[in-house]
Amino acid sequence: MGALDLTAIRNDFPILHQEVHGQPLVYLDNAASSQKPNLVIDAISDYYRQDNANVHRGVHRLSQRATDAYEAARGKVRGFVNAKSDKEIIFVRGATEAINLVAQSFVRPMLSVGDEILISHMEHHANIVPWQMLCEQTGAKLKVIPMTLTGELDLSGFDTLLTERTKIMAIGHVSNALGTVNPVKDMIAKAHAKNIPVLLDGAQAVPHMAVDVQDLDCDFYVFSGHKMFAPTGIGAMYGKQALLEDMAPWQGGGDMILSVSFEHTQYNELPYKFEAGTPHISGAIGLGAAIDYMNMIGVDKIAQHEHNLLVAATEKVTALDGVRIIGTAQNKASVLSFMIDGVHPHDVGTIFDQQGVAIRTGHHCAQPVMQFFGIPATARASFAFYNTMEEVDALVLGIKKVQELFA
Amino acid sequence: MSSADLRDLYQQVIMDHNKKPRNFHEMDDANHFAHGNNPLCGDALVVYVKLTDGIIEDLSFQGSGCAISVASASLMTEALKGKTIEQAEHLYQQVHAQMTGEEFDANALGKLEVLSGVKEFPARVKCATLSWHTMHTAMDSDHDVSVTTE
Repeated sequence: MGALDLTAIRNDFPILHQEVHGQPLVYLDNAASSQKPNLVIDAISDYYRQDNANVHRGVHRLSQRATDAYEAARGKVRGFVNAKSDKEIIFVRGATEAINLVAQSFVRPMLSVGDEILISHMEHHANIVPWQMLCEQTGAKLKVIPMTLTGELDLSGFDTLLTERTKIMAIGHVSNALGTVNPVKDMIAKAHAKNIPVLLDGAQAVPHMAVDVQDLDCDFYVFSGHKMFAPTGIGAMYGKQALLEDMAPWQGGGDMILSVSFEHTQYNELPYKFEAGTPHISGAIGLGAAIDYMNMIGVDKIAQHEHNLLVAATEKVTALDGVRIIGTAQNKASVLSFMIDGVHPHDVGTIFDQQGVAIRTGHHCAQPVMQFFGIPATARASFAFYNTMEEVDALVLGIKKVQELFA
Repeated sequence: MSSADLRDLYQQVIMDHNKKPRNFHEMDDANHFAHGNNPLCGDALVVYVKLTDGIIEDLSFQGSGCAISVASASLMTEALKGKTIEQAEHLYQQVHAQMTGEEFDANALGKLEVLSGVKEFPARVKCATLSWHTMHTAMDSDHDVSVTTE
Protein backbone atom coordinates (compact mmCIF):
# COMPACT_ATOMS: atom_id res chain seq x y z
CA MET A 1 0.00 0.00 0.00
CA GLY A 2 1.62 3.24 -1.14
CA ALA A 3 1.77 6.35 0.98
CA LEU A 4 -0.49 9.30 0.23
CA ASP A 5 0.79 12.10 -2.00
CA LEU A 6 0.18 14.76 0.62
CA THR A 7 1.39 17.65 -1.51
CA ALA A 8 -1.14 16.83 -4.21
CA ILE A 9 -3.87 16.19 -1.66
CA ARG A 10 -3.25 19.45 0.17
CA ASN A 11 -3.37 21.30 -3.13
CA ASP A 12 -6.91 20.03 -3.50
CA PHE A 13 -7.93 21.89 -0.31
CA PRO A 14 -7.63 25.64 -0.94
CA ILE A 15 -8.48 26.61 2.64
CA LEU A 16 -5.37 24.92 4.02
CA HIS A 17 -3.08 27.41 2.28
CA GLN A 18 -3.42 30.42 4.53
CA GLU A 19 -1.81 32.02 7.54
CA VAL A 20 -3.52 32.52 10.87
CA HIS A 21 -1.93 35.09 13.21
CA GLY A 22 1.05 35.12 10.86
CA GLN A 23 1.59 31.36 11.09
CA PRO A 24 0.72 28.68 8.54
CA LEU A 25 -2.68 27.22 9.38
CA VAL A 26 -2.52 23.79 11.02
CA TYR A 27 -6.06 22.48 11.00
CA LEU A 28 -6.54 19.82 13.68
CA ASP A 29 -10.25 20.25 14.36
CA ASN A 30 -11.52 17.71 11.87
CA ALA A 31 -13.79 15.92 14.32
CA ALA A 32 -15.79 19.15 14.61
CA SER A 33 -15.88 19.77 10.88
CA SER A 34 -13.58 18.81 8.02
CA GLN A 35 -12.36 20.96 5.14
CA LYS A 36 -13.64 20.60 1.58
CA PRO A 37 -11.66 19.69 -1.53
CA ASN A 38 -12.05 21.58 -4.82
CA LEU A 39 -13.95 18.63 -6.22
CA VAL A 40 -16.72 19.21 -3.67
CA ILE A 41 -16.67 23.01 -3.91
CA ASP A 42 -16.81 22.81 -7.71
CA ALA A 43 -19.59 20.22 -7.70
CA ILE A 44 -21.74 22.57 -5.65
CA SER A 45 -20.97 25.70 -7.67
CA ASP A 46 -21.32 23.81 -10.97
CA TYR A 47 -24.73 22.64 -9.86
CA TYR A 48 -25.82 26.21 -9.18
CA ARG A 49 -24.17 27.52 -12.35
CA GLN A 50 -25.54 24.86 -14.70
CA ASP A 51 -28.22 22.55 -13.33
CA ASN A 52 -30.15 24.27 -10.56
CA ALA A 53 -33.86 23.38 -10.49
CA ASN A 54 -36.22 21.48 -8.26
CA VAL A 55 -36.05 17.70 -8.25
CA HIS A 56 -38.64 14.97 -8.93
CA ARG A 57 -41.26 17.28 -10.42
CA GLY A 58 -40.25 19.09 -13.55
CA VAL A 59 -40.42 17.86 -17.10
CA HIS A 60 -37.90 20.43 -18.18
CA ARG A 61 -34.26 19.69 -18.80
CA LEU A 62 -32.77 21.44 -15.77
CA SER A 63 -35.12 19.65 -13.41
CA GLN A 64 -34.16 16.38 -15.01
CA ARG A 65 -30.45 17.12 -14.64
CA ALA A 66 -30.91 18.19 -11.00
CA THR A 67 -32.89 15.02 -10.30
CA ASP A 68 -30.28 12.86 -12.00
CA ALA A 69 -27.45 14.44 -10.03
CA TYR A 70 -29.36 14.19 -6.75
CA GLU A 71 -30.23 10.53 -7.30
CA ALA A 72 -26.70 9.75 -8.51
CA ALA A 73 -25.47 11.10 -5.17
CA ARG A 74 -27.81 8.68 -3.40
CA GLY A 75 -26.28 5.87 -5.37
CA LYS A 76 -22.81 6.99 -4.30
CA VAL A 77 -23.85 6.97 -0.64
CA ARG A 78 -25.32 3.50 -1.09
CA GLY A 79 -22.02 2.26 -2.49
CA PHE A 80 -20.04 4.09 0.20
CA VAL A 81 -21.72 2.18 3.05
CA ASN A 82 -22.49 -0.89 0.91
CA ALA A 83 -26.26 -0.82 1.36
CA LYS A 84 -28.29 -3.21 -0.80
CA SER A 85 -30.55 -0.64 -2.38
CA ASP A 86 -30.81 3.10 -3.01
CA LYS A 87 -34.19 2.87 -1.27
CA GLU A 88 -32.33 2.35 1.99
CA ILE A 89 -30.57 5.72 1.78
CA ILE A 90 -32.46 8.73 3.13
CA PHE A 91 -30.95 12.21 2.81
CA VAL A 92 -31.19 14.16 6.07
CA ARG A 93 -29.66 17.32 7.52
CA GLY A 94 -27.12 15.32 9.46
CA ALA A 95 -26.66 12.55 12.00
CA THR A 96 -28.67 14.51 14.57
CA GLU A 97 -31.76 14.69 12.37
CA ALA A 98 -31.45 11.01 11.47
CA ILE A 99 -31.37 9.94 15.12
CA ASN A 100 -34.45 12.04 15.85
CA LEU A 101 -36.15 10.48 12.82
CA VAL A 102 -35.46 6.94 14.00
CA ALA A 103 -36.47 7.83 17.56
CA GLN A 104 -39.81 9.28 16.51
CA SER A 105 -40.75 7.15 13.51
CA PHE A 106 -39.31 3.76 14.36
CA VAL A 107 -38.95 3.50 18.12
CA ARG A 108 -41.74 5.67 19.51
CA PRO A 109 -44.66 3.56 18.22
CA MET A 110 -43.12 0.46 19.85
CA LEU A 111 -42.64 1.96 23.30
CA SER A 112 -44.67 1.40 26.44
CA VAL A 113 -44.05 2.61 29.97
CA GLY A 114 -41.06 0.77 31.41
CA ASP A 115 -39.50 -0.17 28.08
CA GLU A 116 -35.80 0.51 27.71
CA ILE A 117 -33.51 2.35 25.33
CA LEU A 118 -29.85 1.40 25.55
CA ILE A 119 -27.06 3.87 24.80
CA SER A 120 -23.51 4.22 26.13
CA HIS A 121 -21.68 6.58 28.47
CA MET A 122 -19.53 7.95 25.64
CA GLU A 123 -22.29 9.15 23.33
CA HIS A 124 -22.42 12.58 21.72
CA HIS A 125 -25.35 14.64 22.99
CA ALA A 126 -27.05 13.98 19.63
CA ASN A 127 -27.29 10.31 20.61
CA ILE A 128 -28.50 11.06 24.15
CA VAL A 129 -31.00 13.90 24.05
CA PRO A 130 -33.39 12.54 21.35
CA TRP A 131 -33.72 9.35 23.43
CA GLN A 132 -34.26 11.28 26.65
CA MET A 133 -37.01 13.26 24.93
CA LEU A 134 -38.54 10.00 23.77
CA CYS A 135 -38.39 8.63 27.32
CA GLU A 136 -40.22 11.72 28.57
CA GLN A 137 -42.85 11.28 25.87
CA THR A 138 -43.46 7.60 26.53
CA GLY A 139 -42.35 6.69 30.04
CA ALA A 140 -39.53 4.52 28.71
CA LYS A 141 -36.21 4.30 30.56
CA LEU A 142 -32.76 5.24 29.33
CA LYS A 143 -30.09 2.63 30.12
CA VAL A 144 -26.39 3.34 29.76
CA ILE A 145 -23.52 0.98 28.98
CA PRO A 146 -20.70 2.06 31.32
CA MET A 147 -17.17 3.02 30.37
CA THR A 148 -13.68 2.14 31.61
CA LEU A 149 -10.89 4.51 32.58
CA THR A 150 -9.18 3.94 29.23
CA GLY A 151 -12.31 5.21 27.50
CA GLU A 152 -13.57 1.84 26.26
CA LEU A 153 -17.05 0.47 26.73
CA ASP A 154 -17.28 -1.74 29.81
CA LEU A 155 -19.10 -4.72 28.33
CA SER A 156 -18.78 -6.97 31.40
CA GLY A 157 -22.47 -6.49 32.19
CA PHE A 158 -23.59 -6.06 28.59
CA ASP A 159 -25.72 -9.21 28.48
CA THR A 160 -27.79 -8.08 31.44
CA LEU A 161 -28.33 -4.64 29.88
CA LEU A 162 -29.92 -6.29 26.85
CA THR A 163 -33.33 -7.18 28.22
CA GLU A 164 -36.66 -8.19 26.79
CA ARG A 165 -37.74 -4.60 27.38
CA THR A 166 -34.89 -3.10 25.32
CA LYS A 167 -36.49 -1.64 22.20
CA ILE A 168 -33.36 -0.19 20.62
CA MET A 169 -29.63 0.06 21.18
CA ALA A 170 -28.11 3.30 19.84
CA ILE A 171 -24.32 3.41 19.92
CA GLY A 172 -21.56 5.56 18.50
CA HIS A 173 -19.32 3.71 16.07
CA VAL A 174 -16.41 6.01 17.00
CA SER A 175 -16.40 8.35 20.02
CA ASN A 176 -16.00 12.01 19.10
CA ALA A 177 -14.50 12.99 22.47
CA LEU A 178 -12.14 10.03 22.92
CA GLY A 179 -11.60 8.51 19.49
CA THR A 180 -12.53 5.04 20.72
CA VAL A 181 -13.62 2.64 17.98
CA ASN A 182 -16.31 0.53 19.59
CA PRO A 183 -16.65 -3.23 18.92
CA VAL A 184 -20.00 -2.63 17.27
CA LYS A 185 -20.17 -5.78 15.16
CA ASP A 186 -20.06 -8.07 18.21
CA MET A 187 -22.46 -5.83 20.08
CA ILE A 188 -24.92 -5.89 17.19
CA ALA A 189 -24.78 -9.70 17.02
CA LYS A 190 -25.55 -9.91 20.74
CA ALA A 191 -28.39 -7.42 20.50
CA HIS A 192 -29.86 -9.21 17.50
CA ALA A 193 -29.72 -12.52 19.37
CA LYS A 194 -32.33 -10.91 21.61
CA ASN A 195 -34.20 -9.30 18.70
CA ILE A 196 -33.07 -5.80 19.65
CA PRO A 197 -32.58 -3.44 16.69
CA VAL A 198 -29.42 -1.32 16.58
CA LEU A 199 -28.69 2.20 15.39
CA LEU A 200 -25.06 3.19 14.84
CA ASP A 201 -24.03 6.85 14.98
CA GLY A 202 -21.30 6.83 12.35
CA ALA A 203 -20.58 10.57 12.26
CA GLN A 204 -17.00 10.06 13.48
CA ALA A 205 -16.42 6.78 11.64
CA VAL A 206 -17.17 7.47 7.98
CA PRO A 207 -14.40 10.07 7.51
CA HIS A 208 -11.80 7.58 8.70
CA MET A 209 -12.66 4.00 7.77
CA ALA A 210 -14.54 1.81 5.35
CA VAL A 211 -18.06 1.07 6.58
CA ASP A 212 -20.10 -1.90 5.39
CA VAL A 213 -23.63 -1.84 6.79
CA GLN A 214 -24.37 -5.34 5.51
CA ASP A 215 -21.31 -6.77 7.18
CA LEU A 216 -22.07 -4.91 10.43
CA ASP A 217 -25.73 -5.94 10.08
CA CYS A 218 -26.84 -2.73 11.83
CA ASP A 219 -30.46 -1.73 11.37
CA PHE A 220 -29.75 1.99 11.01
CA TYR A 221 -26.51 3.82 10.26
CA VAL A 222 -26.44 7.61 10.37
CA PHE A 223 -23.80 10.18 9.53
CA SER A 224 -23.18 13.84 8.65
CA GLY A 225 -21.61 15.08 5.44
CA HIS A 226 -19.60 17.96 6.84
CA LYS A 227 -17.31 15.73 8.88
CA MET A 228 -16.41 13.81 5.72
CA PHE A 229 -15.38 16.66 3.41
CA ALA A 230 -18.92 17.46 2.21
CA PRO A 231 -21.00 20.56 3.01
CA THR A 232 -22.88 21.25 6.22
CA GLY A 233 -26.61 20.64 6.31
CA ILE A 234 -26.52 17.30 4.53
CA GLY A 235 -26.18 13.79 5.89
CA ALA A 236 -27.51 10.35 5.27
CA MET A 237 -29.40 7.67 7.07
CA TYR A 238 -29.20 4.04 6.10
CA GLY A 239 -32.07 1.84 7.25
CA LYS A 240 -32.89 -1.74 6.40
CA GLN A 241 -35.58 -1.63 3.76
CA ALA A 242 -38.05 -3.85 5.61
CA LEU A 243 -37.90 -1.56 8.65
CA LEU A 244 -38.20 1.63 6.60
CA GLU A 245 -41.22 0.20 4.73
CA ASP A 246 -43.06 -0.28 8.01
CA MET A 247 -42.20 3.12 9.45
CA ALA A 248 -44.54 6.09 9.22
CA PRO A 249 -43.12 9.29 7.72
CA TRP A 250 -41.48 11.66 10.15
CA GLN A 251 -42.36 14.94 8.49
CA GLY A 252 -45.17 15.64 6.06
CA GLY A 253 -45.00 17.85 3.01
CA GLY A 254 -44.33 17.88 -0.67
CA ASP A 255 -42.31 15.16 -2.38
CA MET A 256 -43.16 12.55 0.27
CA ILE A 257 -46.65 11.87 -1.17
CA LEU A 258 -48.15 10.01 -4.08
CA SER A 259 -51.53 11.69 -3.85
CA VAL A 260 -53.19 14.16 -1.53
CA SER A 261 -56.85 14.94 -0.94
CA PHE A 262 -58.50 16.36 2.16
CA GLU A 263 -59.82 12.90 2.96
CA HIS A 264 -56.67 10.91 2.43
CA THR A 265 -52.99 11.15 1.59
CA GLN A 266 -51.03 8.30 0.14
CA TYR A 267 -47.39 8.41 1.03
CA ASN A 268 -44.65 8.09 -1.50
CA GLU A 269 -42.43 5.03 -1.70
CA LEU A 270 -38.94 4.72 -0.30
CA PRO A 271 -36.79 6.67 0.05
CA TYR A 272 -38.95 9.72 -0.75
CA LYS A 273 -41.40 8.92 2.05
CA PHE A 274 -38.82 10.36 4.45
CA GLU A 275 -37.77 13.36 2.37
CA ALA A 276 -40.54 15.91 2.79
CA GLY A 277 -40.03 19.24 1.09
CA THR A 278 -37.40 20.31 -1.39
CA PRO A 279 -34.23 18.58 -0.24
CA HIS A 280 -30.71 20.00 0.09
CA ILE A 281 -29.95 19.14 -3.54
CA SER A 282 -26.57 20.84 -3.79
CA GLY A 283 -25.59 19.36 -0.43
CA ALA A 284 -26.37 15.86 -1.62
CA ILE A 285 -24.38 16.47 -4.79
CA GLY A 286 -21.51 17.77 -2.64
CA LEU A 287 -21.71 14.66 -0.48
CA GLY A 288 -21.56 12.51 -3.58
CA ALA A 289 -18.46 14.41 -4.73
CA ALA A 290 -16.84 13.95 -1.31
CA ILE A 291 -17.39 10.21 -1.64
CA ASP A 292 -15.84 10.29 -5.11
CA TYR A 293 -12.86 12.12 -3.66
CA MET A 294 -12.41 9.69 -0.76
CA ASN A 295 -12.65 6.75 -3.14
CA MET A 296 -10.08 8.37 -5.41
CA ILE A 297 -7.64 8.64 -2.50
CA GLY A 298 -8.62 5.23 -1.16
CA VAL A 299 -10.40 4.79 2.17
CA ASP A 300 -7.91 2.14 3.31
CA LYS A 301 -4.98 4.46 2.56
CA ILE A 302 -6.76 7.24 4.45
CA ALA A 303 -7.19 4.98 7.46
CA GLN A 304 -3.53 3.91 7.35
CA HIS A 305 -2.17 7.45 7.10
CA GLU A 306 -4.37 8.73 9.92
CA HIS A 307 -3.36 5.76 12.04
CA ASN A 308 0.30 6.68 11.51
CA LEU A 309 -0.41 10.30 12.51
CA LEU A 310 -2.33 9.27 15.61
CA VAL A 311 0.34 6.78 16.72
CA ALA A 312 3.11 9.38 16.26
CA ALA A 313 1.12 12.10 18.04
CA THR A 314 0.25 9.75 20.90
CA GLU A 315 3.89 8.73 21.34
CA LYS A 316 5.18 12.29 21.27
CA VAL A 317 2.54 13.68 23.61
CA THR A 318 2.92 10.75 26.00
CA ALA A 319 6.65 11.51 26.19
CA LEU A 320 5.94 15.04 27.49
CA ASP A 321 5.79 15.70 31.22
CA GLY A 322 2.63 17.20 32.64
CA VAL A 323 0.28 16.10 29.86
CA ARG A 324 -2.45 13.51 30.21
CA ILE A 325 -4.19 11.87 27.26
CA ILE A 326 -7.92 11.35 27.85
CA GLY A 327 -9.00 8.21 26.01
CA THR A 328 -6.36 5.55 25.64
CA ALA A 329 -8.39 2.76 24.09
CA GLN A 330 -6.63 0.01 22.14
CA ASN A 331 -8.57 0.78 19.01
CA LYS A 332 -8.82 4.49 18.20
CA ALA A 333 -9.38 6.73 15.21
CA SER A 334 -8.29 10.31 14.56
CA VAL A 335 -8.80 11.85 17.99
CA LEU A 336 -6.26 12.89 20.62
CA SER A 337 -7.92 14.49 23.66
CA PHE A 338 -5.55 15.83 26.29
CA MET A 339 -5.15 17.85 29.46
CA ILE A 340 -2.10 19.95 30.36
CA ASP A 341 -1.50 20.03 34.11
CA GLY A 342 -2.59 23.29 35.69
CA VAL A 343 -3.94 24.80 32.49
CA HIS A 344 -7.60 25.00 31.51
CA PRO A 345 -8.25 23.71 27.95
CA HIS A 346 -9.59 27.11 26.92
CA ASP A 347 -6.30 28.78 27.60
CA VAL A 348 -4.67 25.95 25.65
CA GLY A 349 -6.96 26.62 22.69
CA THR A 350 -6.20 30.35 22.63
CA ILE A 351 -2.44 29.81 22.79
CA PHE A 352 -2.65 27.19 20.03
CA ASP A 353 -4.69 29.54 17.89
CA GLN A 354 -2.01 32.21 18.19
CA GLN A 355 0.37 29.68 16.64
CA GLY A 356 -1.99 29.01 13.78
CA VAL A 357 -3.04 25.64 15.19
CA ALA A 358 -6.80 25.01 15.26
CA ILE A 359 -7.93 22.53 17.89
CA ARG A 360 -11.20 22.13 19.73
CA THR A 361 -11.51 22.88 23.41
CA GLY A 362 -14.57 22.23 25.49
CA HIS A 363 -16.80 19.31 26.35
CA HIS A 364 -17.21 18.21 22.71
CA CYS A 365 -20.97 17.77 23.17
CA ALA A 366 -20.19 14.81 25.40
CA GLN A 367 -20.65 16.15 28.92
CA PRO A 368 -21.18 12.70 30.48
CA VAL A 369 -17.69 11.76 29.25
CA MET A 370 -16.25 14.86 30.95
CA GLN A 371 -18.16 14.04 34.14
CA PHE A 372 -16.79 10.50 34.04
CA PHE A 373 -13.21 11.73 33.95
CA GLY A 374 -13.96 14.52 36.44
CA ILE A 375 -12.86 17.28 34.10
CA PRO A 376 -14.74 20.31 32.75
CA ALA A 377 -13.33 20.07 29.25
CA THR A 378 -10.44 18.77 27.19
CA ALA A 379 -8.27 20.06 24.39
CA ARG A 380 -8.78 17.86 21.35
CA ALA A 381 -6.69 17.45 18.24
CA SER A 382 -8.34 15.41 15.50
CA PHE A 383 -6.66 14.36 12.28
CA ALA A 384 -7.80 14.02 8.69
CA PHE A 385 -5.91 12.48 5.81
CA TYR A 386 -4.58 15.87 4.67
CA ASN A 387 -2.69 16.36 7.92
CA THR A 388 1.07 15.82 7.98
CA MET A 389 3.74 14.64 10.38
CA GLU A 390 4.97 18.27 10.51
CA GLU A 391 1.54 19.19 11.85
CA VAL A 392 1.90 16.54 14.55
CA ASP A 393 5.12 18.34 15.50
CA ALA A 394 3.22 21.66 15.57
CA LEU A 395 0.83 20.08 18.07
CA VAL A 396 3.72 19.04 20.29
CA LEU A 397 5.35 22.49 19.99
CA GLY A 398 2.01 24.05 20.91
CA ILE A 399 1.86 22.05 24.12
CA LYS A 400 5.41 23.10 25.01
CA LYS A 401 4.53 26.75 24.36
CA VAL A 402 1.54 26.49 26.70
CA GLN A 403 3.70 24.95 29.39
CA GLU A 404 6.29 27.70 28.95
CA LEU A 405 3.71 30.44 29.29
CA PHE A 406 2.07 28.85 32.32
CA ALA A 407 5.33 27.77 33.99
CA MET B 1 2.70 40.32 17.15
CA SER B 2 0.97 37.19 18.27
CA SER B 3 3.34 36.61 21.18
CA ALA B 4 2.84 40.19 22.32
CA ASP B 5 -0.94 39.74 22.26
CA LEU B 6 -0.58 36.56 24.27
CA ARG B 7 1.61 38.30 26.82
CA ASP B 8 -1.00 41.07 27.07
CA LEU B 9 -3.68 38.49 27.67
CA TYR B 10 -1.76 36.40 30.16
CA GLN B 11 -0.16 39.18 32.16
CA GLN B 12 1.60 38.40 35.43
CA VAL B 13 -1.35 39.68 37.45
CA ILE B 14 -3.73 37.36 35.58
CA MET B 15 -1.45 34.37 36.05
CA ASP B 16 -1.08 35.17 39.73
CA HIS B 17 -4.82 35.47 40.34
CA ASN B 18 -5.39 32.25 38.39
CA LYS B 19 -2.89 30.32 40.50
CA LYS B 20 -3.96 31.88 43.79
CA PRO B 21 -7.51 33.15 43.38
CA ARG B 22 -8.54 35.61 46.13
CA ASN B 23 -11.78 35.22 48.07
CA PHE B 24 -12.13 31.73 46.66
CA HIS B 25 -14.54 30.09 49.07
CA GLU B 26 -18.18 29.56 49.88
CA MET B 27 -19.83 32.15 52.09
CA ASP B 28 -22.18 30.89 54.78
CA ASP B 29 -23.76 34.25 55.50
CA ALA B 30 -24.16 35.44 51.92
CA ASN B 31 -27.58 36.98 51.32
CA HIS B 32 -27.22 37.01 47.53
CA PHE B 33 -25.70 34.42 45.26
CA ALA B 34 -25.93 33.16 41.71
CA HIS B 35 -24.59 30.37 39.51
CA GLY B 36 -22.76 31.33 36.35
CA ASN B 37 -22.29 28.85 33.54
CA ASN B 38 -20.68 28.98 30.17
CA PRO B 39 -22.07 25.80 28.62
CA LEU B 40 -19.78 25.94 25.60
CA CYS B 41 -16.62 25.97 27.72
CA GLY B 42 -17.78 24.17 30.81
CA ASP B 43 -16.82 27.17 32.96
CA ALA B 44 -18.97 27.11 36.08
CA LEU B 45 -18.83 29.32 39.13
CA VAL B 46 -20.90 30.59 42.02
CA VAL B 47 -20.66 34.18 43.20
CA TYR B 48 -21.58 34.94 46.83
CA VAL B 49 -22.44 38.44 48.00
CA LYS B 50 -23.11 39.79 51.46
CA LEU B 51 -25.02 43.04 51.00
CA THR B 52 -25.64 45.30 53.97
CA ASP B 53 -27.49 48.60 53.51
CA GLY B 54 -26.63 48.76 49.82
CA ILE B 55 -22.93 48.11 50.42
CA ILE B 56 -21.04 44.98 49.38
CA GLU B 57 -19.69 43.95 52.73
CA ASP B 58 -18.22 40.70 51.45
CA LEU B 59 -17.82 38.98 48.08
CA SER B 60 -16.46 35.55 47.20
CA PHE B 61 -16.64 32.91 44.51
CA GLN B 62 -16.10 29.23 43.84
CA GLY B 63 -15.94 27.07 40.76
CA SER B 64 -13.72 26.12 37.89
CA GLY B 65 -12.78 27.78 34.66
CA CYS B 66 -9.96 28.97 32.48
CA ALA B 67 -7.24 31.35 33.66
CA ILE B 68 -9.13 34.33 32.28
CA SER B 69 -12.42 33.56 34.01
CA VAL B 70 -10.81 32.65 37.34
CA ALA B 71 -8.52 35.69 37.36
CA SER B 72 -11.35 37.99 36.36
CA ALA B 73 -13.56 36.64 39.15
CA SER B 74 -10.74 36.95 41.66
CA LEU B 75 -9.94 40.53 40.63
CA MET B 76 -13.63 41.36 40.79
CA THR B 77 -13.98 40.20 44.40
CA GLU B 78 -11.05 42.44 45.38
CA ALA B 79 -12.33 45.42 43.45
CA LEU B 80 -15.92 45.36 44.67
CA LYS B 81 -15.54 44.78 48.39
CA GLY B 82 -16.80 47.82 50.25
CA LYS B 83 -18.39 49.33 47.14
CA THR B 84 -22.01 50.42 46.91
CA ILE B 85 -24.39 48.72 44.49
CA GLU B 86 -24.22 51.77 42.25
CA GLN B 87 -20.42 51.78 42.22
CA ALA B 88 -20.38 48.06 41.46
CA GLU B 89 -22.82 48.58 38.63
CA HIS B 90 -20.66 51.37 37.18
CA LEU B 91 -17.54 49.21 37.35
CA TYR B 92 -19.41 46.30 35.76
CA GLN B 93 -20.22 48.53 32.80
CA GLN B 94 -16.65 49.87 32.54
CA VAL B 95 -15.19 46.35 32.56
CA HIS B 96 -17.60 45.27 29.88
CA ALA B 97 -16.85 48.34 27.76
CA GLN B 98 -13.11 47.83 28.11
CA MET B 99 -13.33 44.27 26.80
CA THR B 100 -15.67 44.98 23.94
CA GLY B 101 -13.71 47.95 22.64
CA GLU B 102 -16.18 50.63 23.70
CA GLU B 103 -15.23 53.81 25.52
CA PHE B 104 -14.58 53.39 29.20
CA ASP B 105 -13.37 55.27 32.25
CA ALA B 106 -9.77 54.09 32.73
CA ASN B 107 -9.47 55.82 36.11
CA ALA B 108 -12.36 53.85 37.52
CA LEU B 109 -10.88 50.54 36.44
CA GLY B 110 -7.56 50.72 38.27
CA LYS B 111 -6.08 47.24 38.54
CA LEU B 112 -8.87 45.80 36.42
CA GLU B 113 -7.13 47.28 33.40
CA VAL B 114 -5.09 44.06 33.18
CA LEU B 115 -8.21 42.51 31.65
CA SER B 116 -7.92 44.80 28.63
CA GLY B 117 -5.84 42.24 26.70
CA VAL B 118 -9.00 40.19 26.32
CA LYS B 119 -10.39 42.54 23.69
CA GLU B 120 -7.93 41.14 21.13
CA PHE B 121 -9.48 37.70 21.72
CA PRO B 122 -13.20 37.97 20.97
CA ALA B 123 -13.77 34.29 21.73
CA ARG B 124 -12.54 34.86 25.28
CA VAL B 125 -14.58 37.93 26.24
CA LYS B 126 -17.30 35.70 27.64
CA CYS B 127 -14.74 34.01 29.90
CA ALA B 128 -13.73 37.32 31.41
CA THR B 129 -17.27 38.62 31.82
CA LEU B 130 -18.87 35.47 33.28
CA SER B 131 -18.17 36.35 36.92
CA TRP B 132 -19.31 39.93 36.38
CA HIS B 133 -22.60 38.88 34.82
CA THR B 134 -23.06 36.43 37.64
CA MET B 135 -22.38 39.10 40.27
CA HIS B 136 -24.80 41.45 38.52
CA THR B 137 -27.49 38.76 38.54
CA ALA B 138 -26.82 37.86 42.17
CA MET B 139 -27.34 41.47 43.26
CA ASP B 140 -30.68 41.62 41.52
CA SER B 141 -32.11 38.65 43.31
CA ASP B 142 -32.52 37.43 46.86
CA HIS B 143 -32.66 33.77 45.86
CA ASP B 144 -30.36 31.42 43.93
CA VAL B 145 -30.41 32.23 40.22
CA SER B 146 -28.49 31.04 37.21
CA VAL B 147 -26.90 33.04 34.46
CA THR B 148 -25.58 31.61 31.22
CA THR B 149 -23.22 33.17 28.75
CA GLU B 150 -22.27 31.89 25.36
